[in-house]
Amino acid sequence: MSFYDVLQKYEKNTVWERIQNVTKKEVERVLSKESFSIDDYFALISPAASGYLEEMARKAHRITLQHFGRVMVLYAPLYLSNYCVNNCLYCGFNVHNELDRRKLTMEELKIEAKAISQKGIRHILILTGESRKHSSVDYIKDCVRVMSEYFTSISIEVYPLKEEEYRLLVNSGVDGLTIYQEVYDEDVYKIMHPSGPKKDYRYRLDTPERGCRSGMRSVGIGALMGLANWRTEAFYTVLHAYYLTNKYPDVEISISIPRMRPHTGNFEVPSPVSDRDFVQILLAARLLLRHVGITVSTRERSSFRDNLVGLGVTRMSAGSVTEVGGYNEKRGDGQFEISDDRSVEDIRQMLYSKGFQPVFKDWQYI
Amino acid sequence: MTEDALIIGGTQIKSRLFIGTGKYSSNSLIPKIVESSGAQVVTVAVRRVDLDSKNENMLNFIPEECILMPNTSGARNAQEAVRIARLAKAMGCGNWVKIEVISDTKYLLPDNYETLKATEILAKEGFVVLPYMSPDLMMAKRMRDAGAAAVMPLGAPIGTNKGLKTKELVKIMIDEIDLPIVVDAGIGKPSEAAEAMELGAAAVLVNTAIASAGDEVSMAEAFSLAVKAGRMAYLAGTGAVKDFAEASSPLTGFLNA
Repeated sequence: MSFYDVLQKYEKNTVWERIQNVTKKEVERVLSKESFSIDDYFALISPAASGYLEEMARKAHRITLQHFGRVMVLYAPLYLSNYCVNNCLYCGFNVHNELDRRKLTMEELKIEAKAISQKGIRHILILTGESRKHSSVDYIKDCVRVMSEYFTSISIEVYPLKEEEYRLLVNSGVDGLTIYQEVYDEDVYKIMHPSGPKKDYRYRLDTPERGCRSGMRSVGIGALMGLANWRTEAFYTVLHAYYLTNKYPDVEISISIPRMRPHTGNFEVPSPVSDRDFVQILLAARLLLRHVGITVSTRERSSFRDNLVGLGVTRMSAGSVTEVGGYNEKRGDGQFEISDDRSVEDIRQMLYSKGFQPVFKDWQYI
Repeated sequence: MTEDALIIGGTQIKSRLFIGTGKYSSNSLIPKIVESSGAQVVTVAVRRVDLDSKNENMLNFIPEECILMPNTSGARNAQEAVRIARLAKAMGCGNWVKIEVISDTKYLLPDNYETLKATEILAKEGFVVLPYMSPDLMMAKRMRDAGAAAVMPLGAPIGTNKGLKTKELVKIMIDEIDLPIVVDAGIGKPSEAAEAMELGAAAVLVNTAIASAGDEVSMAEAFSLAVKAGRMAYLAGTGAVKDFAEASSPLTGFLNA
């Protein structure tokens, strides 16, 4: 069975109707519970629950402290290459965008890795666009070898691979996989990804599972909030995480709630997510998925990120650059615009001031 | 009262409260917690130890007189636990190890079978092995036979603060196994730590209950007192529990007059 079969049981109009029709009374009944089921999630993500954010936040705060403690794991992204054959309407690396395309040589990569590790970062997330020609699995593998000298945990966010390719990378030192579905609504997915290999909705949907089976320690999923109705998208994200945690209990599943940001090109965000909406997505996810890690990137602006500390977030990127080679030299053509451009040291200080410990190392390659 | 010594792996331990180091808002709290709890055995997740970091290396915050008990948090099988334990030794963390093998991220319950396998390998390599386990008498006996220095059954799922939910099973282990039984995980309040000690546990290991308290330092001290009280009660021999109230002046006292 694949998650696709599970999705078929939750048709989007039915899900949306259920979410919309939740009453305040139902929200109150759900919030009085100790632990929550998927059925309760309809209430937690409903418009009716938006009036109960404070109560949800108190619960989410308590659960987070209990399960994760007063700590925040920090990581940084490193873009290896921006060559891409896909045509995602919302992405700065879109094949049709006029962009200085490049990929890092091993020498350049060393310089980038050194610059990041000198800031204290030990967990790295390496990214590429989709181009088997320019950023092949062998190229990624070579990069991982170089990175392992500088970092204790290496995650990848690259185009979907086959299970054996993931296994090859795991054996080379990769321990985490991040792969966003971008949008769970299949109709919207088709519109957003008109050409290129990414067109294949099902192949992408099954990618986290291939990662789980390949020996990855952690697998992160998410939807790009704003591409389709965010309440149903949040529901599907959580449903997906719930499915994965049950099927692969030995893999640490995490979710991310990336919100659409402006980027190169012209793209209107179809279903904008306000700060309030974002917080509801975060809190509802934490209440349902008590042990699941939640990541917030530097797409979010600094003051907003600071306020999210303690509400369920367990991992944050710090000192991020989304341009290829950008740690060494600023260029200005990243995948998306960074809204929190503070240094790692600034983030470290901010966390301490909030009574949270920044954790730079939470895994050791063994 | 004769001297009440706790000896694990040939070392006499002065405090029966063991503490963890995860979940604190800052590593700088650790020395204060060690002081107020009086704890000597301190467990540290090897995955978090960063020898290269000046500011964030947790080991720099643990007082020298403590016994470091590195744990294999993050291990999903025996092989990973063994590798992490060896890494800890290579890092200079001594030869104690708390084996923690968890392949269930939902309930975070330990895998006793894999834990046993790791215990066997590491005990042979000369480690002082303290396996963290779901309370199970036969498995604990096997761990003893494999060379464990103590066994550490959970009181409730880790991080839940639910208390000594596994009391009956832990009691059987205490009665039947001639090794120190350390209740690890689940203890949420000092009264529950006292309960475990009254039962005859050799020690308790507490992390979340202290780290998630409003005032961590005071809570550490409260646990220290509770553990001492519980131990003292155990040694004193708690009175029998009866179904009915029993008057201090017996009804048949006149017969003895």
